Amino acid sequence: MNNLHVPEWSFWVMGLALAAFVGMFIQMVRRNKGIRRSFYAWPYTLWMIISTVVPLILIAYYALTDKSGSFTLENFANFWDSNRNMKTELLAQGFNPEELGLGARGTVNVDTLAYSMWMAFLCTGISLLLGYPAALIMADREFRLGSTIVVLFIIPMWMNFLLRTIAWMSLLEDNGLINTLLESLGFGKARLMYNSQAVLLGMVYNYLPFMVFPIYNSLSRQDARLSEAAMDLGANKWKTFWRVVFPISMPGIVSGITMVFMPSVTTFFIPRVLGGGNTEMFGDLIERTFLTADDWNVGSALSLVMMVLILLSLGLLRKVDPEGEGGSLI
Amino acid sequence: MQEQTRLIRLENISKEYDGTPVLKDINLYIRKNEFLTLLGPSGCGKTTTLRIIGGFEQPTAGRVIFDGQDITSLPPYKRRVNTVFQKYALFPHLNVFENIAFGLKVAKIPKDEIARRVDSMLDLVNLRSYGKRRVDSLSGGQQQRIAIARALVNEPEVLLLDEPLGALDLKLRKGMQLELKRMQQRLGITFIFVTHDQEEALTMSDTIVVMKDGSIAQIGTPKHIYDEPKSAFIANFIGESNIIRGRMVRDELVNFCGSNFTCVDSGFAPDSPVDVLVRPEDIVIVGEDVGQLTGTVKSVLFKGVHYEMMIEAGGFLWKVHSTSMQPEGSLVGLSIVPFNIHIMKPTEEAPNE
Amino acid sequence: MKLLKRAYLSIILLFLYVPIAVLIFQSFNAGVSRAKWEGFSLRWYAQLFQSPNIMQALYVTVSIALLASMISTVLGTMAAIGIHAMRKRPQSMMMTLTNIPMTMPDIVTGISLMLLFIFSKVERGYVTMLLAHVTFNTPYVVLSVMPKLKEMNTFSYEAALDLGATPGYALRKVILPAIRPGVITGAILAFTLSLDDFTISYFTTSPLVQNLSTLIYSEARKGIKPTMNALSALMFVALLILLLVVNRRTAETK
Repeated sequence: MNNLHVPEWSFWVMGLALAAFVGMFIQMVRRNKGIRRSFYAWPYTLWMIISTVVPLILIAYYALTDKSGSFTLENFANFWDSNRNMKTELLAQGFNPEELGLGARGTVNVDTLAYSMWMAFLCTGISLLLGYPAALIMADREFRLGSTIVVLFIIPMWMNFLLRTIAWMSLLEDNGLINTLLESLGFGKARLMYNSQAVLLGMVYNYLPFMVFPIYNSLSRQDARLSEAAMDLGANKWKTFWRVVFPISMPGIVSGITMVFMPSVTTFFIPRVLGGGNTEMFGDLIERTFLTADDWNVGSALSLVMMVLILLSLGLLRKVDPEGEGGSLI
Repeated sequence: MQEQTRLIRLENISKEYDGTPVLKDINLYIRKNEFLTLLGPSGCGKTTTLRIIGGFEQPTAGRVIFDGQDITSLPPYKRRVNTVFQKYALFPHLNVFENIAFGLKVAKIPKDEIARRVDSMLDLVNLRSYGKRRVDSLSGGQQQRIAIARALVNEPEVLLLDEPLGALDLKLRKGMQLELKRMQQRLGITFIFVTHDQEEALTMSDTIVVMKDGSIAQIGTPKHIYDEPKSAFIANFIGESNIIRGRMVRDELVNFCGSNFTCVDSGFAPDSPVDVLVRPEDIVIVGEDVGQLTGTVKSVLFKGVHYEMMIEAGGFLWKVHSTSMQPEGSLVGLSIVPFNIHIMKPTEEAPNE
Repeated sequence: MKLLKRAYLSIILLFLYVPIAVLIFQSFNAGVSRAKWEGFSLRWYAQLFQSPNIMQALYVTVSIALLASMISTVLGTMAAIGIHAMRKRPQSMMMTLTNIPMTMPDIVTGISLMLLFIFSKVERGYVTMLLAHVTFNTPYVVLSVMPKLKEMNTFSYEAALDLGATPGYALRKVILPAIRPGVITGAILAFTLSLDDFTISYFTTSPLVQNLSTLIYSEARKGIKPTMNALSALMFVALLILLLVVNRRTAETK
């Protein structure tokens, strides 16, 4: 943790910015002879700038500098070719990496990212397929138990999510409950843990409620007269659903997708427990690069790449729901 | 006009929002016990003017003088005016009694006096037994009365009303108009009333201030403004009207639709272009050979009290109100007495006073 | 059809509850085995209270959740009121600022805060964890209070001023009562988020100050002891009772 290569002057810049901010605040209070309501947002603004904007600038700073603190794009090159550091080192020691058979581009980082995106995509897809019908049933006006079921979806989330994920281990492991059950029924044991499917299961398990809530919200808020109008105009049940109910629930779907996709790309606990190290995901990689390899520059570059990808996918989703009024968790 | 009776003066008030002017150099005084209406289409600046008097907005330039004192930068809670807000703004977490008592409680009036004054207000607005009710259980008209009671209980010197009747249906509106007028006369409080409904303004006001695009277009009594609108805009906005381009031949003689008409206006340069206003109810239908103009009836609408006919005469489509109906397609004569022909300067923009 | 719908929902719910049932089941198991039932016992519950690690982690978790939710409720409610009173452009700038941490993955939030603390030479521990929790909680409070402010009649605040209330009085007596449901939702949300957080705590604390999540994580490799299951079962039941009480009280006030 000693690779802090931040120039001295940046402390001065931060200090001055803070002083300017406080000065502006005092000035505005004095000029208006009393506190305006918008001033209530100032402590929050200050807090958010220090705890969100400044750290993001730090990440960008580390991503764009090398260990000595000078500007470089090396870290992104390292993202693209994970063998790059090794190769430069070999070259420096007078070896030719090509001759040693180490010339090929290391694809670990890019592969891990692609794998994470694919897993997150699958998890989002499965959650949508499982969650939409559930939300639809719950929002049905004849069903009436909808709001109770919502609570039933929330309650499991009160159990620590790590423990719940570990509990799946007890179910899935070689001598676990499911295998015991299979054996006693005369089937053989199955290998259920330490593979992608187990990780996927854990992800869907953890994030499914985040898909159900927003969709349920947008469906139950829908004016019942809309479907009645559609039926009145001659649409059958199936057509009413596809032409009216489904399109209007789009904002809920979009926010559900956002809320499932984002944490799934970056999860690092679930693959560690249920994947057993066979299935590293991008969150693991970032954590390992920062804490195990202690390489903040490459780690920051990885974080930056991931954030850009997430912002891009969010941007694409926003196109589907330009109003951005997707039903929220609350 | 004596200085003491001028309770509120607006001096050279201007207001800009992010560089867009919404009020341009407004000068206006409001007399004690006057029922003054700010009238104009939406976006004309009437509500902004009211909010500046109430203290909710600061003018970009100019002063507000209340009873001889400059109150321009005084916050609303220190002003001796109260407001009845658009859509009432009753506090949903308080019941009717607590809503009306709010201002008195803030002023730390003793409890028994609060109770007495709130009750007498409830009497005034005919909602005696409603004190314990929740405000959202009341009808629009009842909420309206509570909003008025909540403002009046503080015994303000001026009551500001921002389109208070806008959300009521027609019949309720008419009733409330009369009731408000009666209240104002009984309590002897200055009312400043904002509306876009010209009929409402004509019925209730002592003085009407017509506003347009952030400026005052005309100030006057309802009758004055109706009979002598200064511009085609005002004429059109207040009441129904026929406005024709014409030419002043000489004093008291105007030419339009190809004929000369005697009128009562003078002071325009000979041969200058003018706008001529004739109200639909001022056109008399006569025999086709007797009228000043002859025309054909194009359409007839029954409007309850009268018929509204569109009559084409002299190359212009006239709107005519009459209690007797002429069948569509028939030939009629039109006659206008000189007194009912109003000559206006042909400008859209009226100069400020 | 109706039966089919109910069956479907039941299967989904079963899927959600099976691991919890397993957890609770294990906490009453006399043996250490995760799968074999060796008789009913309360020994893990007894051991729980003698484990200093777990008791300290419990204290850290609950106290941070309480403090963080309180601070972020005050900060966020004030912010929402302030932002609501702003003009359009600064308002949308503030909403963007609020949405940044919401769209940031937890791991990036955690790492960026870690960098900030190291950068500003603050030693990581209880306080930094608290600050981190306030940071990720506050935007949720802002976003749950904001709709309530928008629902309010625009003139309510002005009406109070008009009736002679000072801005402070109007805030307390008119705005706060109107947005109270949003404030409560925000506080509860902040509390539960804080209680369950792992990723951000992991990066912003030292190994000496553990909350339950980071403790579980560090023990996960060695295998979780059933004492942990016992604790979470207790917490789960406590929260359930809390929910029932709150529900009953709101039902009564209605």
